[in-house]
Amino acid sequence: MNVTRGFTGRPRVHNPGLPPGQYDARDDWPVLSAEVTPDLAPADWSFRIDGLVERPHTWDWDAAHALPASAYDGDIHCVTGWSKFGVRFGGVSLDAFFHVVRPHGSATHAVARSHTGYTANLPLADLTGGRAWIVWEYDGAPLPPEHGGPARLVVPHLYFWKSAKWIAGITLLDHDEPGFWERNGYHARGNPWEEQRYAGD
Amino acid sequence: MWRTATLTQIRRETPRAATFRLAVPHWAGHLPGQHLLLRLTAADGYVAQRHYSIASAPDGSGHIELTLDRVPDGEVSGWFHTVARPGDTVEVRGPLSGFFAWPGDRPALLIGAGSGVVPLMSMIRHHRARGLTVPLRMLVSARSPGELIYASELGAETTPVFTRSAPPGVPVGRMTTAHVAPLLAEPPVGGWEAYVCGSNGFAEHASRLLVAAGQPVDRIRIERFG
Repeated sequence: MNVTRGFTGRPRVHNPGLPPGQYDARDDWPVLSAEVTPDLAPADWSFRIDGLVERPHTWDWDAAHALPASAYDGDIHCVTGWSKFGVRFGGVSLDAFFHVVRPHGSATHAVARSHTGYTANLPLADLTGGRAWIVWEYDGAPLPPEHGGPARLVVPHLYFWKSAKWIAGITLLDHDEPGFWERNGYHARGNPWEEQRYAGD
Repeated sequence: MWRTATLTQIRRETPRAATFRLAVPHWAGHLPGQHLLLRLTAADGYVAQRHYSIASAPDGSGHIELTLDRVPDGEVSGWFHTVARPGDTVEVRGPLSGFFAWPGDRPALLIGAGSGVVPLMSMIRHHRARGLTVPLRMLVSARSPGELIYASELGAETTPVFTRSAPPGVPVGRMTTAHVAPLLAEPPVGGWEAYVCGSNGFAEHASRLLVAAGQPVDRIRIERFG
């Protein structure tokens, strides 16, 4: 341990919900996109799942909203160090979309892509089983554009760069294919509990 | 991967910002615009880590410089501004992330506000140190001349914009199309690569100015504080 002279830090709060190396952002919700926030109206939004699926399908705003509603209540963790507790996102579970397209047994990974061209890669297993959502509401109000509105992916058990803003689609693959940050040195999976921030962690 | 860095010098830049020079053995080198992860460890093992942009150009000296604003209640920046002195050690990891990096290979238009000027200054220093001829311009917003970081180092490539108070004869107000449009009206061969750094509010404002003036969205790279 390399103790820093004179450093005491904030009062210690026992918070079992805080992954290693993270701090509680409290009321802040920093915006960290590296791109220009797009001017994307709900009427212009669409979401497609393709690749290794039986029936590739595209949903528009109304068709996506016709799927069974589902919400995530919990915490999110950003690789830059902040965690935010007790957030509520409203939308539809990705399982409902996968139920329509029927992934092939050979599909192991996914690339999520944004309407801006941003991408993030994920193991398919991280997107199924009630652990991932397409959301359009935050705290009961429309998701703001700078936070990914009109709709974004939310995969809260991974660092939040995986939760692609302005979600346009998901392509299922039989191999892993690095996305935007993953090509820039970030970890392929990004599990905050194992502190998988950068390649090699 | 973590390296022990030794603080060798502290330079005041403005009432709120200071530059901290660190000797980092075996530093791998960085590209202008990259950042690092820095961590402080308390006696009981408690750790605080933050990302900071690198202010210095890659120079092979084995030293890097960080310029930190003193953030109210900031546990890491607070330590740097009130406790740190030459000889102290901290731990660093990096350099990190290639997206906001500028290797000096193409014309660059830099737009920053407040301490958002820090990674952009690394680019300007690199441009000067290597005698590069590729076009480089910077617009930097500060509240007042006294809060303009690196003021004495800025040259003809830079246009400051003052939002609260300015020297006599210099307008006061936020950055507008009038600052951005002339640069985009006559772009260099190959066009500008735009680098925007600052608060989220500033980044949104500056990127909208760029897009409105005709800069392609896929040639705007943004680093937002947070």
